[in-house]
Amino acid sequence: MDALELARWQFGITTVYHFVLVPLTIGLSILVAIMQTAWVRTGNERWLRLTKFYGKLLLINFALGVATGIVQEFQFGMSWSEYSRFVGDIFGAPLAMEALLAFFLESTFLGLWIFGWDRLPKKVHLLTVWCFSIGSLLSAYFIIAANSWMQHPVGAEYNPETGRAEMNDIGAVLTNNTTLVAFPHVIATAFLVAGTFVSGIAVYWMVRKHREDADHPDVSMYRTAARFGAVVMILAGVGVLITGDLQAKLMFKQQPIKMAAAEGIIDTEQPAPFSLLAIGNLAGDDPASVRHLIEIPGLTSYLATGDWNAEVTGLDQLQEQYAERYGATTPDGETIEYRPNLAVTYWSFRLMIGLAAFSAALALSILWFTRKKRTALPGWMRTLALVSLPMPYLAASFGWIFTEMGRQPFVVAPNPTGSDEIFLMTQFGVSSSVSAGEILTSMITFTVVYAVLAVFWFRLIQRYSVEGAPEVEEPVVRKDDDQSTPLSFAY
Amino acid sequence: MELSDFWFILIAVLWTGYLVLEGFDFGVGMLMPIIGRSNKGRRVVLNTIGPVWDGNEVWLLTAGGATFAAFPEWYATMFSGFYLPLLLILVALIVRAVAIEYRGKINDQAWRSRWDYVIIGSAWVPSILWGVAFANLVRGVKLDADHQYVGNFFDLLSPFALLGGLVTLAIFLSHGAIFLSLKTDGEIRERAEAFARKASLATIVVAGAWAVWAQLAYSRNTWTWAAVALAAVALVGAWFSTLKGRFGWAFIASAVAIVGAVLLIFGSMYPNVMPAINDPANSLTVDNASSTDYTLTVMTWVAVIMTPVVLAYQAWTYWVFRKRLSMEHIPEHSELTFFPKRKTTV
Ligand code: HDD
Ligand code: HEM
Ligand code: HEM
Repeated sequence: MDALELARWQFGITTVYHFVLVPLTIGLSILVAIMQTAWVRTGNERWLRLTKFYGKLLLINFALGVATGIVQEFQFGMSWSEYSRFVGDIFGAPLAMEALLAFFLESTFLGLWIFGWDRLPKKVHLLTVWCFSIGSLLSAYFIIAANSWMQHPVGAEYNPETGRAEMNDIGAVLTNNTTLVAFPHVIATAFLVAGTFVSGIAVYWMVRKHREDADHPDVSMYRTAARFGAVVMILAGVGVLITGDLQAKLMFKQQPIKMAAAEGIIDTEQPAPFSLLAIGNLAGDDPASVRHLIEIPGLTSYLATGDWNAEVTGLDQLQEQYAERYGATTPDGETIEYRPNLAVTYWSFRLMIGLAAFSAALALSILWFTRKKRTALPGWMRTLALVSLPMPYLAASFGWIFTEMGRQPFVVAPNPTGSDEIFLMTQFGVSSSVSAGEILTSMITFTVVYAVLAVFWFRLIQRYSVEGAPEVEEPVVRKDDDQSTPLSFAY
Repeated sequence: MELSDFWFILIAVLWTGYLVLEGFDFGVGMLMPIIGRSNKGRRVVLNTIGPVWDGNEVWLLTAGGATFAAFPEWYATMFSGFYLPLLLILVALIVRAVAIEYRGKINDQAWRSRWDYVIIGSAWVPSILWGVAFANLVRGVKLDADHQYVGNFFDLLSPFALLGGLVTLAIFLSHGAIFLSLKTDGEIRERAEAFARKASLATIVVAGAWAVWAQLAYSRNTWTWAAVALAAVALVGAWFSTLKGRFGWAFIASAVAIVGAVLLIFGSMYPNVMPAINDPANSLTVDNASSTDYTLTVMTWVAVIMTPVVLAYQAWTYWVFRKRLSMEHIPEHSELTFFPKRKTTV
């Protein structure tokens, strides 16, 4: 494998890993903030217990999220230096803003929150968890703005002298319409992940506690958590659907070839159906072999344009259009393949959408079986809860794999209504001074380190979940004179 | 002054913030076994940075992000050129974050002591490597006409660079010991104070030698003698204050010494951001590495508004957690064992 391929694998591995941790941090930080708010407002101890329980899980997750994020920040310079040179004038800005506006807020206030239970007055302490959550939302916004610029470059012009893209409108970069739909989609995803997490664990505990003692007060505490998570899942699920639909419509205009690939539309069709199952050689070398076995007529036309009868251009036609506009061959004379990997885009798109069904099933069954103060859940719900837990994670990962691999062969995809010079093929973005051996070394290192840490992360999450919500005491704010009382929390 | 000069200064400021703050975090990590000794002692040491280390690390991320935004060419050349050393630093930072957070999560001696090794090792590695990296910036590296790094890994390990590694190591150790003297009480404090007195003396020797070497052999500006002098005075002042038992002053002096070091490093390169030793014409400079004026203007607004806000709330955190820690403040391990105890049958 050459440096390019290795750098791509390394980026894919480290980023997908980072994003397994990210949505839980974003979603759960806000859900925990809501739980703590409920405790401060009602004084009901069960909310405090839930805050501490899920808060602990949040911390275990956060540590690894931070650790893997640091790699991301430097990776652009390390293995994608030519990319960084080309986009730095624009892309660096949201990244620097993210650090300055978001990471400081997140990290500083998290420290205050964990260690501040007995140091800060109740309401101030509550504020710290909100500042932390807002930090994680801001961080998501800026990084999505950076990513959206790669999907749809705006607010920039090409400088032929330096051969680089230069920013001329920061407002346009930060309010890119791609960002405005991708951000809510990602945040809704984060809530779906976190809602499923909260409910999944609560359901497990409801079943377990109910078997031990049906009248135990914990049963009703976990019931509260399960229903809370279920409501979050339903709202998030609707949000994901609406924003996903908006994204699809935008993508049809901005990256039509990605949409065609997602649907496996080889030849222009009108109206274009939505394929549920396709067979044949999706890898693209033999498009004629692709057969769609199950189709919903007109749905792709509708997804793309809002009109059930619209024409959707096929991959072969788009390949010609792209070749005409952006060049048929590279400087080395190779033919450029503008069609992204069909199998990956087709299946990752379907898996992203389909895997959310588990959360839907979980949410609806929770609401049904706990209606009107009921607490007895059927035993199979515990299985459903555990099986559902990883599903939204997988869906989110497939969403990113789709977005990013569907953008190939570009790392910065051209904007069809923008400058014809601002785009960059992935192969020209990789560092030229770094050898394949070096990238192989780092890729293996990261993979091994991440794998080991994943084991600890998983074990701790599991261990703390199985322990259940802790008993708590009302936090007391320490005065300066009670010097020798132990801290409420220490590493 | 051009905006790009301003950004050069601002990046130096961000690095100063990073080295001053994470400098004592690393020092604390390295000193955990030496000053902490027992499990409880180690916990006292570790918890002095408990609420703040993560926020301190963000100074690095900001320095990185700011370099990307303001000097993309510098960011690209430096991080791809220093690929392997940076990989080591990253691995250390990854495992460090996890180790600090996970160490106390399971009440098991073997679990804790393994993570302790990680915390200690992951403080040593970057403490040395940051010095090596900065010394290479001062000395210059091999760049071709396209500003690509053309040296190899071993070119980065010149004697000058290795001494630079010892300098950051020594500074962080004494800075960390001074910090611990300020933040702890009882026997831990005594050990920290004793260590600080010795370490700050050693630092004067190592850092002084390197600074004079840097100035004589590599500085492109004579005014950086002032930075050398500032650092020297501050280091001596720090040592002197530790002897007098004035650790507040010692901390300030040791922070000023770091300011002096950054002034020397950045000042000796200027107007380069990455000098080329093979051919000065290939150097990356403040002019040829920077972003456009538009980007710099936007970023200036963001930095000028946000930096004071960040400083304010970080300062507040230090205020909230200003109390000294000692053995009696450390709660018992209430955390879980690896396997759940069988409570009731299900
Ligand atoms: C949608 C959200 C999102 C996405 C797409 C990314 N991140 Fe992230 N990142 C976060 C959301 C986030 C977060 C919620 O703010 C984190 C996640 C896990 C965590 O615990 O904090 C975080 C942590 C985090 C940190 C550590 C921050 C700290 O010390 O507090 C860095 C440096 C990055 N990220 C950088 C990146 C880069 C360069 C990315 C692009 C490839 C990236 N992240 C993708
Ligand atoms: C966190 C969610 C993300 C995930 C899971 C993700 C996933 C991926 C994957 C799988 C690839 C490899 C694609 C391929 O090589 O075919 C990739 C490439 C890349 N992504 Fe992302 N990505 C994410 C976010 C981002 C963000 C936020 C940015 C920029 C701010 C970004 C920038 C890049 C770059 C520069 C490449 C390298 C070029 C390439 O191989 O295509 N990604 N990403
Ligand atoms: C009907 C349901 C959905 C539709 C129509 C939809 C649509 C889309 C589209 C079109 C994209 C690609 C955007 C681009 O490439 O520019 C995308 C990306 C993504 N999807 Fe979905 N999606 C749906 C459900 C989900 C679910 C259930 C999840 C996760 C739980 C999810 C998570 C993601 C993520 C993380 C991305 C990548 C980030 C982004 O580009 O926004 N999506 N989705």
